[in-house]
Amino acid sequence: MAERLLEVEDLEVSFATEDGLVRAVDGVTFTLDRGEVVAIVGESGSGKSVTVMTLMGLTRSPNSRFGGAVWLGDEDLIGATEQELESVRGNRIAMIFQDPISSLSPVQRVGAQIVEQIRAHEEISKAAALERAINLMERVGIPRARDRARAYPHEFSGGMRQRVMIAMALSLSPGVLIADEPTTALDVTIQAQILREIKQLSAESDSGVLFVTHDLGVVADIADRVLVMYAGQLVEQGTVDEIFHDPQHPYTWGLLGSVTRVDREPPRRLPAIGGQPPSLINPLPGCRFRPRCPHAFDRCQDLPAFGPRLPEDPGHLDRCWLEPSDKRVVRDVGGRIGLPARTVIT
Amino acid sequence: MLRFVVRRGISAILLLFAVSIVVFAIFEVIPNYNPAQAIAGRNATPTTVAEVSRKFGFDKPVYVQYLDTMKLIFTGQVIDYQDNLNVVGQFQQRFGVTVSLVVPAAIFWLLAAIALGSVSALRIGGTLVDRGVMAAAILGVSVPVFLLAAVLLYLFAFKLAWFPNTGYTPFLQDPTQWAYHLILPWFAIAVLSVGFYSRVLRSNLLDMVNQDFVRTAKAKGLPARQVFVKHVLRNSLLPIITMFGLDFATLLGGAALVTETVFNLPGVGQYEAAAIGNLDVPPILVGALFTAFFVVLFSALSDIVYAVLDPRIRLTG
Amino acid sequence: MADDLLPHQGAGGAEGIIVAPGERAADQWEAGRHPPAIGPWRLAARRLRRDKVTLAFFGLFLVLVVVCLLAPVYANHIAGISPNANNITGTIDVGGVQTSVVSPDGVPVGPTWGSHYLLGADENGRDLAVRLLYGGRTSLLIGAVATAIIIVFGTLVGLLTGYFRGIADMILRPVMELIWSFPVVILGVALGTALAFGGIGPIKGNSLFIPSLIIGVVYIPYLGKPIRAEVLRLRSQDFVEAAKVQGMAPWRIMISEILPNLTSTITVFVPMMLAYSILLESYLSFLGAGVQAPNASWGTLISDGLTYIQTTPTFSLIPGAMLVLTVLSINVVGDGVRDALDPRAQVRVRT
Repeated sequence: MAERLLEVEDLEVSFATEDGLVRAVDGVTFTLDRGEVVAIVGESGSGKSVTVMTLMGLTRSPNSRFGGAVWLGDEDLIGATEQELESVRGNRIAMIFQDPISSLSPVQRVGAQIVEQIRAHEEISKAAALERAINLMERVGIPRARDRARAYPHEFSGGMRQRVMIAMALSLSPGVLIADEPTTALDVTIQAQILREIKQLSAESDSGVLFVTHDLGVVADIADRVLVMYAGQLVEQGTVDEIFHDPQHPYTWGLLGSVTRVDREPPRRLPAIGGQPPSLINPLPGCRFRPRCPHAFDRCQDLPAFGPRLPEDPGHLDRCWLEPSDKRVVRDVGGRIGLPARTVIT
Repeated sequence: MLRFVVRRGISAILLLFAVSIVVFAIFEVIPNYNPAQAIAGRNATPTTVAEVSRKFGFDKPVYVQYLDTMKLIFTGQVIDYQDNLNVVGQFQQRFGVTVSLVVPAAIFWLLAAIALGSVSALRIGGTLVDRGVMAAAILGVSVPVFLLAAVLLYLFAFKLAWFPNTGYTPFLQDPTQWAYHLILPWFAIAVLSVGFYSRVLRSNLLDMVNQDFVRTAKAKGLPARQVFVKHVLRNSLLPIITMFGLDFATLLGGAALVTETVFNLPGVGQYEAAAIGNLDVPPILVGALFTAFFVVLFSALSDIVYAVLDPRIRLTG
Repeated sequence: MADDLLPHQGAGGAEGIIVAPGERAADQWEAGRHPPAIGPWRLAARRLRRDKVTLAFFGLFLVLVVVCLLAPVYANHIAGISPNANNITGTIDVGGVQTSVVSPDGVPVGPTWGSHYLLGADENGRDLAVRLLYGGRTSLLIGAVATAIIIVFGTLVGLLTGYFRGIADMILRPVMELIWSFPVVILGVALGTALAFGGIGPIKGNSLFIPSLIIGVVYIPYLGKPIRAEVLRLRSQDFVEAAKVQGMAPWRIMISEILPNLTSTITVFVPMMLAYSILLESYLSFLGAGVQAPNASWGTLISDGLTYIQTTPTFSLIPGAMLVLTVLSINVVGDGVRDALDPRAQVRVRT
């Protein structure tokens, strides 16, 4: 049984803005074990980035409010002090961000940036830390690492910069590695390489990986388990096989249906989920996907509980009132999984 | 680096040349301006005026006058129209006073602006402190220096008699008196600049705090103070360096003329102000060149500092 | 087959509310009806409306402007004396006692707090309150004209040097840099003294237009340089490329593509330049290079009053206070406008 690294219980994150209270994350529960890669999928506005950034306390601000708990071992990070969080960040939980050009300090050499992180948590000489940094850079596949450590971020290509970020994140062998859309800003050709690095290195250091993305292709590539988020809530959770072959929530069907398959005849128009993401201020009662769901019925006026509905797959949770037998029927649109077209009424 | 120095040197010479021509030209263009008349005095007879004109060379063609004046300046022999004093000598004498006024005030205002801007942006002490500091800053930039100086003199020198009533004591003569006489003038100059710079710094800091690389620094687990000083503050100060270089240079050149005049400090600014009021060309010309020189020097220095601190910048001419 | 996956457009138009088949129209509110799109100006206006401090100071500014503009009304109907009328030998009734407006040894009467000589008299027997309001009118007028000059010509210069580059840039840019790096006060005083002496062209030396012109010219680079930088940034953007490819003439591109994007920068500069102009005018007038006698401005009033600062500080302090209050209000409003227009001021919630 792999060690449980992280346990998130009913996490709530809201921000007080001039327009009202934005409920960015509204009751999210999940776990992360050593050695597994958990993907968090959703569109912009779903709350996925806020969720993972809150794990490290990066969303704390004068107008933020938190609820629930984040257990790292036996410490609740939600209630932790800044000092306690400072010793956790980079050390036990590390993060790779989306845009490496803006995420690295432009005025510091990359070697020095990695050294800075190491020395913030370990009593170690600059020289020793630099040696370690160079080793890490070699491990992530940066050629001539010793010379390149003296270079500045703007002297690297996008893929190389992201490798630097990975090296930096892994420098203290953190138990939890969070990757927030690390390949979104990179060329597709580099994406595959970076994904490979992440999967390989995290396996080597036996970390658990939380991978935030909106790209299902990436999910299929590296994830063990998948969390699907919508409007600040989890709507489906399961292994990658369960999600791709037996998805239980209409939103997931929509996501899967909107992936254009190379091995099939291309559609005349690109499929999309109709409608807009909902406002996170004063969320509507009932199921939040209801306005965009072609299968909504009267029971959807009540918010479905997030739980297991398939006796044979207790780890597969979803938030939909439809009967599983009905689901298997309605989700088939023209031979593949997706959402049917709907009429627009003005 | 050598190329930088050479290129800057050349553009400095060109600039000084341009400045001298422009200033000279302005006075040729002014209608009804007859310097000979001004020197000779209101009641002088036409013969006296003509004599003065010949003596000072006003009857010669413009470009000859220009060359003669420039020669006099560079040999240190040029004389002002009003009091017949050696202009370069006057500048040399008075520069020490201006330095005494400007340098301590500048150091103070820079440090104070960094402190206040930081406290404000970080909301140390809550939003109330932030608003208070910003309110004071906005007030600081809304008060003209001469008014502030007058009020300070009235309150602290006249009514409360805590400070002396204008004048200057050289440092070598009596350091305590030197400082004592300068405290109010230092304050007068500093208030305006502290207000301005702390607002700019606060704005830069607030922008910087939201930058992605600052978030990364936090995510690395660096202590908050290190994140602030090494990443946020350092990057926010960069644009201020250029501004400070220019302000400092112009103050050394005599931009503090109002303060010097009101507090009766015999610095270069006071001399330039009097010269301008009397349309006395030689000091104005020398003053313009003097200021331009410092501007070039300090802009080159601040460019160098900027390039050292921000490796994305390569020094160009 | 693949078409089944697509939403169809209904007859009503492009932006409909999406409702599942079978739901009643009344359920549309549950369908996530969203507020209409709100552009940056309306957003700014909304933010400004909530900004009490800025609104309060704007009100203060309006009051000051109106009061100063009503100077003639005050002079004619309340004080009964014009601003430049000397009255050295006159007497007035102060609390029942007949007092000289200017005493035999040259000391003018202090504030009477009555309708005549409300704030006292100056050494020529002129009514200070009247001069305060007229002076305010002058200062505000010069500030406004100077600001207009700055906005018009600063934008023009910025556009020309930023968009066309080439010759315009080669000539205008060094000129701008030169003016910009010279201390404002020195430049202003030099020009002010020179032009006050002889006037310029048909304009006489003591016309109010001269200080306005000088202040305007001196500050043009302060707007010109940022506008130039903005224009440089905008002209490399794709929408300008698109316009060029469409065959739009350069002038049209400048006016219809670039200029609208400059409006928020210009809007932020207006109050800033107004504050700077009014302040610079006070400096110039204080040093005798601005408004000339017999006209008054707050700067001249402060300067005149300084001789009596030890006996009657109000002579300087009251115009000083008016000046500071006015500039302060403009600065606060300017800050408020800038914050309201700032696109980054939104709470950033990235999900």
